[in-house]
Amino acid sequence: MNAIHYLRCFAGITTREWLRFLNQRGRFFSALVRPLVWLAIFATGFHFVLGVSIIPPYETYIPYPVYIAPGLIAMILLFNGMLISLSMVYDREMGSMRILMVSPLPRWFLLTAKLLAGCVLSVIQAYAFLVIALLWDIVPPWYGYITVLPALVLSGLMMGALGLLLSSAIRQLENFASVMNFVIFPMFFASSALYPLWHVKEASLLLYYVCQANPFTHAVELIRFALYGRLEPVSAIVLVAATAIFLTLAVYGYDPAKGLMQRRAAD
Amino acid sequence: MTDLPALSIEGLGHAFGPRRVLSNVSFSLAPGDFTVLLGLNGAGKTTLFSLATRLYVQREGVIRIFGMDIRERASECLRRMGVVFQQPTLDLDLTVERNLLYHGSLHGIAHHEAAQRAAVEIERVGLVDQRRDKVRQLSGGQRRRVEIARCLLHRPRLLLLDEPTVGLDIASRQFMLDHVRRLCREEGIAALWATHLIDEVDDGARVVVLHRGEVRAVGEAAQLLGETRTPSMRAAFETLVQERAAA
Repeated sequence: MNAIHYLRCFAGITTREWLRFLNQRGRFFSALVRPLVWLAIFATGFHFVLGVSIIPPYETYIPYPVYIAPGLIAMILLFNGMLISLSMVYDREMGSMRILMVSPLPRWFLLTAKLLAGCVLSVIQAYAFLVIALLWDIVPPWYGYITVLPALVLSGLMMGALGLLLSSAIRQLENFASVMNFVIFPMFFASSALYPLWHVKEASLLLYYVCQANPFTHAVELIRFALYGRLEPVSAIVLVAATAIFLTLAVYGYDPAKGLMQRRAAD
Repeated sequence: MTDLPALSIEGLGHAFGPRRVLSNVSFSLAPGDFTVLLGLNGAGKTTLFSLATRLYVQREGVIRIFGMDIRERASECLRRMGVVFQQPTLDLDLTVERNLLYHGSLHGIAHHEAAQRAAVEIERVGLVDQRRDKVRQLSGGQRRRVEIARCLLHRPRLLLLDEPTVGLDIASRQFMLDHVRRLCREEGIAALWATHLIDEVDDGARVVVLHRGEVRAVGEAAQLLGETRTPSMRAAFETLVQERAAA
């Protein structure tokens, strides 16, 4: 097996993800509607309740919808990461996972290819959101649309890797509802997506530390700064580290010698 | 390489915690062999297949594919192997053609090459008219045919088929059996055909009887009838299964 075989395999996995995505057009719209509901209803309602002071990267007072836009972009990436997880669990239940697992290419590569394919779809949806967000006067500088790309890719990879890790641990499709309660909601609310962390620090120091430790916070901040052409180095480092850890654990989880697959079979 | 056994299993054992499912299993298949792995449900057939395809890692015994230890050269072993699992493994929302192309890509086959091979295999299983249909629209028998076509796409030299005819009507079962036997006879492919259906063992078949994780007998069907002094394969199987239990 040489590099060209790996490339063909990657192309095949990506094509399948695309076809699946095109088959489920509702998935694209629901991925966009979810943050737009937050933008249209929540942000409007809370516009006068939450005061936002001048904090970097902003240079002036900003409307609340502008503040929560990076958090909503990260929300799209988070839901897509969980969809990678859901599709892996679904594939396992439907049996098609076995065909992936008996490919002669190494499993770390197969999982990484799946992750990259999912990440591309996440980034496209994030850009679609940014276009629609223009209606709410969320207009970053023109170069922000370019500089945000690496932040979207890195954040998308981190959420996707987390999704892969979860899929190696989730036994059945029915158990997936708990992901909503124990992963998506805590990650989203214990972050800087909806409110600046200095607000949180004033209310609860413990929650502030939880938010700081939450990799989702760093995805939001990396995107927020990148939209204005700035790099948030700590967030970038945290995301690279979190992606590496989640992906390594996922590969471990899918390794038949070490992971959960044998234990699952024994149950 | 052709002188080496297509599949060689020596002293294979496996346990899930305290529950032992395979004990000291040994047998081999030569290229071109059609061998029926006959056993009741729960005999350990699927576990054996999972070990041979690296879905589980074997810790006891050795599995060799054309002389290569699967633990040491997994990638090369898997390239030479075509698998039809007991559980359906097709993507229901992709077309027949797309399922085959996806499989081709997982084996690193170029798209145009995979498309050509897919056309040949789809024709061989008689599904040319359905090639652009989504798998969801096909009958159970047609889906199984697609799985056979798919597992041949990368031109394996060894086929592992785990209960491939379960749930199929008589005509579909016969088609599957005839197709695989033809592949063995005409193309020299070795096939291990796991089943609990005794009537899938014809007179010329080579049989491995697996019961409660142990190999009870290996040989030609006629030879097993002679050794057990029974008139039919069903009676021979019952004798082989009961003998050890009584001992």
